[in-house]
Amino acid sequence: MKIIVHIIIKEFLQLKRDKKLFAIVFLAPVLQLIFLGYAATMDINNVAMVIYDNDMSSLSREFAEEFRSSGYFEVIGNVRGYDELTENIDEGRAVLGLVIPEDFEKRINRKETVKLQAVFDGSDGNKASIASGYVQALISRYSKNIMLEQIENSGRMLSIGSIIPETRVWYNPDLKTRNFMVPSIMGLILMVITTVLMSMAVVKEREIGTLEQIIVTPIKPYQLITGKLIPFVILGFIDILLVTGIMVFWFDIAIRGSFIFLLFASMIFVLSTLGLGLFISTISKTQQQAMLVALFGLMMPMVYLSGFAFPIENMPESIQVLTHIIPLKYYLIILRDVILKGSDFTDLIPQTLILFFMGALILLLSALRFKKRLE
Amino acid sequence: MLKRIFAISKKEIRQLKRDTRMMFVLFVFPVVLLALFGYAISFDVRHIKLAVLDKDKSEMSRDFINSLLSSEYFDMTGYLYSDNEIKEYLDLHKAQAVLVLPEDFSKELSRGNEGILQIIIDGVNGNTASIILNYMNIAAISYSNNYLDETTAAAGITINPAIQLEPLFWYNPSLNSTYFLLPGLIAMILIITAVVSISLSIVREKERGTMEQIFVSPVSTIELLIGKTFPYTIIALLIAGLILLAGYILFDITMKGNYLLLLLTTLLFLFASLNLGIFVSSVSETQQVAFQIATLVSLLPSVILSGFIFPIESMPAAIQVLSNITPAKFYIVILRGILLKGVGLEAFWEQTIYLLLFALFFLTLSTIKNKKARTV
Repeated sequence: MKIIVHIIIKEFLQLKRDKKLFAIVFLAPVLQLIFLGYAATMDINNVAMVIYDNDMSSLSREFAEEFRSSGYFEVIGNVRGYDELTENIDEGRAVLGLVIPEDFEKRINRKETVKLQAVFDGSDGNKASIASGYVQALISRYSKNIMLEQIENSGRMLSIGSIIPETRVWYNPDLKTRNFMVPSIMGLILMVITTVLMSMAVVKEREIGTLEQIIVTPIKPYQLITGKLIPFVILGFIDILLVTGIMVFWFDIAIRGSFIFLLFASMIFVLSTLGLGLFISTISKTQQQAMLVALFGLMMPMVYLSGFAFPIENMPESIQVLTHIIPLKYYLIILRDVILKGSDFTDLIPQTLILFFMGALILLLSALRFKKRLE
Repeated sequence: MLKRIFAISKKEIRQLKRDTRMMFVLFVFPVVLLALFGYAISFDVRHIKLAVLDKDKSEMSRDFINSLLSSEYFDMTGYLYSDNEIKEYLDLHKAQAVLVLPEDFSKELSRGNEGILQIIIDGVNGNTASIILNYMNIAAISYSNNYLDETTAAAGITINPAIQLEPLFWYNPSLNSTYFLLPGLIAMILIITAVVSISLSIVREKERGTMEQIFVSPVSTIELLIGKTFPYTIIALLIAGLILLAGYILFDITMKGNYLLLLLTTLLFLFASLNLGIFVSSVSETQQVAFQIATLVSLLPSVILSGFIFPIESMPAAIQVLSNITPAKFYIVILRGILLKGVGLEAFWEQTIYLLLFALFFLTLSTIKNKKARTV
């Protein structure tokens, strides 16, 4: 026990001396969460559009006004021809170009159907499909009003019902992507810091040769591993407190569920990231290798396959299967549910158990591998 | 001067060649990652888990539910019998949205009033939730329109729909979000490879003390930096070629623009990224610190600040300014322009100039920084 404490003290002394590293461990998570928390928003507020009005009638102007006043579109200008419309879309100034044909008013007065062309910049498929939904909704409503007027003018009495969707959004009523992203970024930062620190701390000793010095001392492998792990568990814990503090007090995202459970789940998650860090250290000879493996083999899969930004439900089946082995996936579910939904332990038993067993297994295997390499 | 640069490059290439494990990581990983993530990254929301609580149980309500389920957008995951079940379904991720049809839904509709539907959506992921909302609105509108047609026809009135929308989606007619995201993925893999590999290679020399040996030789700082950059530019360019080829084979990204322009702008982007890496190395003494700083300036910004996933227009003004620290932001605009839109330099000359300035700025800064280190 005493030996373990000595190793812990040694690790802390080393960290304290490396001023830059010390700053990175505590400052970087805070700054990253603040900046990235602001950046990570997918809210589509206004769709930038141009209108090419060939008709220039009072009705077409009234129609264009509908777009301006709807609150979903920002009409950045009227264009005088297809070339200008194309230019606006090519250069990314407008997402939508609406073309009103020259016989717009005439056809409506004759009770004929007007074909309206809308050109979307489809390169951002997500944005284009949301924008086209807005356009579709606006035009259908407008079109229907004209038809109802026509029926009324024809002197027939006919009332026609329509379906009105009444929407309620739970957990995140403003549909702010930030509320979703900030907890996720928290998880991501925690993972990056703990994995990298752990893997480098071991590889560094190997590179400098001090690991061999430790091996010839009477320190047992399990003591070395525990002594190396505990400081990073403590650092991870402090980082969790820091980033949760920023989330609650800076971004005003309250934790609806149990904070104690959140801390508990975070500690379990850190087990698996530290285990992975240890594992990387056992397969790398140099720090450069360790880092590239950590980055490409670990962090990037965690970013893309955890459901951090891209929902797992949208992935093809085969990729979805792959996501089951990503610890961050379960941690993100726990974070989001506890913070946004107010879920407690009983709702999240499966995720917590998986995370625990995964962490324990990874840590055990890495420790065994590490021990073997030491001997 | 050229001879000395050449000598440095030769040494660097020899070192790289010996580290086979590193070369393996550098060439194989990016392609594997592109293949894997290319399939994983998508915002296209399909097969939404929908639970239905049909209190009306009329022909009309069943008709509406069927119209939703017949599309590929909604999959029914539960048929509920009471309001109490709604919470359970949403809390435990059994459904992403719950549709409630009130008792008087069909009655109100046939009386010519409004048939109100309730939709309760899990809003945790705001983006997915707005897309679900959008689909629901469109489904309601098209059902209403059909209903209008049927009622007028039944009453013997012929009426044409007043306006019909003909949407045209340029560049990406199937509205596949993968095409939009792939350039971001490519830029990210390239910038990380470039920044991390060069910064670590320089800092390693510092750590081992071989940098001092170079400093006492007649090689000047700028020659050293250019000599170091050159082999890494070649490697990064090869990786870029491999990735683009993989993108072409696996994801059918057909090239709409000019190949020469693609080569030149890619080269410029790599040059800018490598110089960012050199700068990182000039402010770090150990590989541990260099790596932390390198990930700090390359990994997360290129994912989050570059416009790859999150639109830059949606960010607050201060963050928009900050987003300029990642050259990936500019390269993504260029790549999307060349690959997807087939536009030329006129559409992205600003980005190109910025990349050039960015590279020169960091090259100068690191030269100054290294010169100082040398005289000390």
